[in-house]
Amino acid sequence: MTDIPLVHVLILSSLLFTIGFVGVVVRKNTLFMLMSLEVMLNAVGVAFIGAGSVWQEADGQIMFMLILTLAAAEVAVGLALLIRMQRHYRTLDIDVLSKMKG
Amino acid sequence: MNLLASLPLYPLLSFLVLISFGKRLSWAVASWLSVGAMGLSALCSLVLFAQLSTSEVNVITSHLWQWFSIGSAKVNVSFYLDALSAVMILVVTGVGFLIHLFAAIYMKNDENFTRFMAYMNLFIVAMLVLVLADNLVLLYLGWEGVGLCSFLLIGFWYQEKSNVLAARKAFIVTRIGDTAMAIGLFLLFKSLSSLNIVEINQLAQTSDVFSLSLANNEPSDAYWAALLLLGGAVGKSAQLPLQTWLPDAMAGPTPVSALIHAATMVTAGVYLIARMNGVFIMAPEVMTYVAWLGVITLLLAGVAALAQTDIKRVLAYSTMSQIGYMMLALGAGAWSAGVFHLMTHAFFKALLFLTAGAVILALHHQQNLFKMGGLLKKLPFESALFFIGLSCLVALPGTSGFFSKEAIIASLWSSPTAGASLWWCAILGALLTSIYSCRLFFLAFLGDQRFPKDLVISEHVDTNYILRAALVFLALLSLFGGLFTVDLSTVLPVNNKSELSPDWLHIVAILTPFIGIAFSWFYFKRYRNKGITSLEESQSSWVVFCRNGLGFDVIYRFLLVKPYCFIAELNRRDLFDQLIMLSARYVGIWRDILSASQNGSLRWFAATFGLSMVGLILVVIL
Repeated sequence: MTDIPLVHVLILSSLLFTIGFVGVVVRKNTLFMLMSLEVMLNAVGVAFIGAGSVWQEADGQIMFMLILTLAAAEVAVGLALLIRMQRHYRTLDIDVLSKMKG
Repeated sequence: MNLLASLPLYPLLSFLVLISFGKRLSWAVASWLSVGAMGLSALCSLVLFAQLSTSEVNVITSHLWQWFSIGSAKVNVSFYLDALSAVMILVVTGVGFLIHLFAAIYMKNDENFTRFMAYMNLFIVAMLVLVLADNLVLLYLGWEGVGLCSFLLIGFWYQEKSNVLAARKAFIVTRIGDTAMAIGLFLLFKSLSSLNIVEINQLAQTSDVFSLSLANNEPSDAYWAALLLLGGAVGKSAQLPLQTWLPDAMAGPTPVSALIHAATMVTAGVYLIARMNGVFIMAPEVMTYVAWLGVITLLLAGVAALAQTDIKRVLAYSTMSQIGYMMLALGAGAWSAGVFHLMTHAFFKALLFLTAGAVILALHHQQNLFKMGGLLKKLPFESALFFIGLSCLVALPGTSGFFSKEAIIASLWSSPTAGASLWWCAILGALLTSIYSCRLFFLAFLGDQRFPKDLVISEHVDTNYILRAALVFLALLSLFGGLFTVDLSTVLPVNNKSELSPDWLHIVAILTPFIGIAFSWFYFKRYRNKGITSLEESQSSWVVFCRNGLGFDVIYRFLLVKPYCFIAELNRRDLFDQLIMLSARYVGIWRDILSASQNGSLRWFAATFGLSMVGLILVVIL
């Protein structure tokens, strides 16, 4: 297996993270925000795996497993909420749904 | 609790009761309380006076408690009674009692009667503290206390704007003098490191630091201290150049004018100078200033009194001019003559004011002399009393005013700090006094009736026997108060120089009032003759100029008031306020930024959160 330098892994990871972050901030549709969150989680996962392989430790992979289950649970809850929102408000636009303004 | 300490206590208790219960007290209760308290005080001061004159010691003291201490100097709340303050407490409580008695009836129908009597009592407390204080700080407390009461009582009928303005003017003008006096106290404390009056008077003679100036041309501390104390006295006693408040102060009820602005408070300046004689003796130049100030005031006030149309304002100007005599006496080193004139003046001026008050009330608040006339027939009792008061004022031989004024004039000629020119001025002042007194008497009491024929003379003052008793008692004091001499030699220095003034001086001094009377008998013929039923006030510019107080008000308005208001207007948005508001602005900017970030949009929150995390991490890394 050819060694991939850690820097490359981290660059990929931060790129993915940035794409996810920008997605969360820019997209109005809640479904796409949820997907962008997944991208951010996976970006962190890539960083963990890369680091684990550099130090030859299993911790990184264990951490990734944790993130994966977490993401699955989160998506399950999130999608359920999305369906309720769609039924109730007939829209998924986060700006329309916002009630936080005092 | 000894007698001396209880002297101001009775009016104080009465004041507290009156001010806390206010209108719930009936007229009878309130007047018994306030007048009774004054009566007790007057009795106390008589007893004290008897004790003082019979006992071997010349001083009665009463130490109450220590107020505060500065370094080693202690400032006590303690009272000090010697011959000088004994005269003062007799005048304050005695005349004060009679005026309270008068006021209780005079003000009976006023809806704020209890408030009035409460202020009058408070005034007596402050005045007693002033004259009994054994140190200058306590004296200053009383000094400010009487100023406050004067302010409250001038503006007693506060619904009228002019009364309020007069009260404000009196307060501000006297404050200027008080500031000078406060600085004088600091200077005395700095150079003598004591504030006790007796100690200061002794130290002033002995302390080299105080009396000698370092360089020959430089005035000593004594000079400045005396000058600053004089500033305070000038403000309180309505002397030049701070005299403008007194005529306006006549806006207050007449008993107030009698008590505060004739008999007691305005003479506080004279008392102060007499009390601090040790300091003034070390500054002969200032003594000369005092004399000249007194004489100029007495002449100017005499001229102004000639042109007044309001009966109370004539008396106000005459008060100024009589206090000018007292100042003149003090300046000439005739200390006891000045204090003697203070006492007799308190008697006859209180009498004049109270009688004027009775006349004003009888005529339903008519104060204009040109609308009186012929009162001799309508109000014979008041006329007789007024005549007695005026004869004391012009110093007809035999009256109390004669003794005191002659004592002053006789001391001038050979005095080192006065001299012949001041003597001539004093004679001229006496001449003016007799002329304006005659004019006043002719206008008000002689001639023909110039008020509406159908005006019913209000009788409730005229027929009240208590009022009459108070007035008669004052009249007796004015007539025979001159025989009642107090030996002040234990307190005040006496001129031991044999008085070698020529005999003709005395003759001129005694004849002067008669010359004035004879002159006015012919000059004011118009005023005393029958058959003139209406008189026009002279409108010539010279008379109007004199009537308006010789233009001092105008000068002050343009020199001081207008520029001050102009600067105040310029600085309307206070410069320092703007500086302080900068910090508020800074906070405000951040408030705006932070509140804009709380816009309720989830995506904004996410963005700020993320970006701030990046920022934080960058800070940590770098």
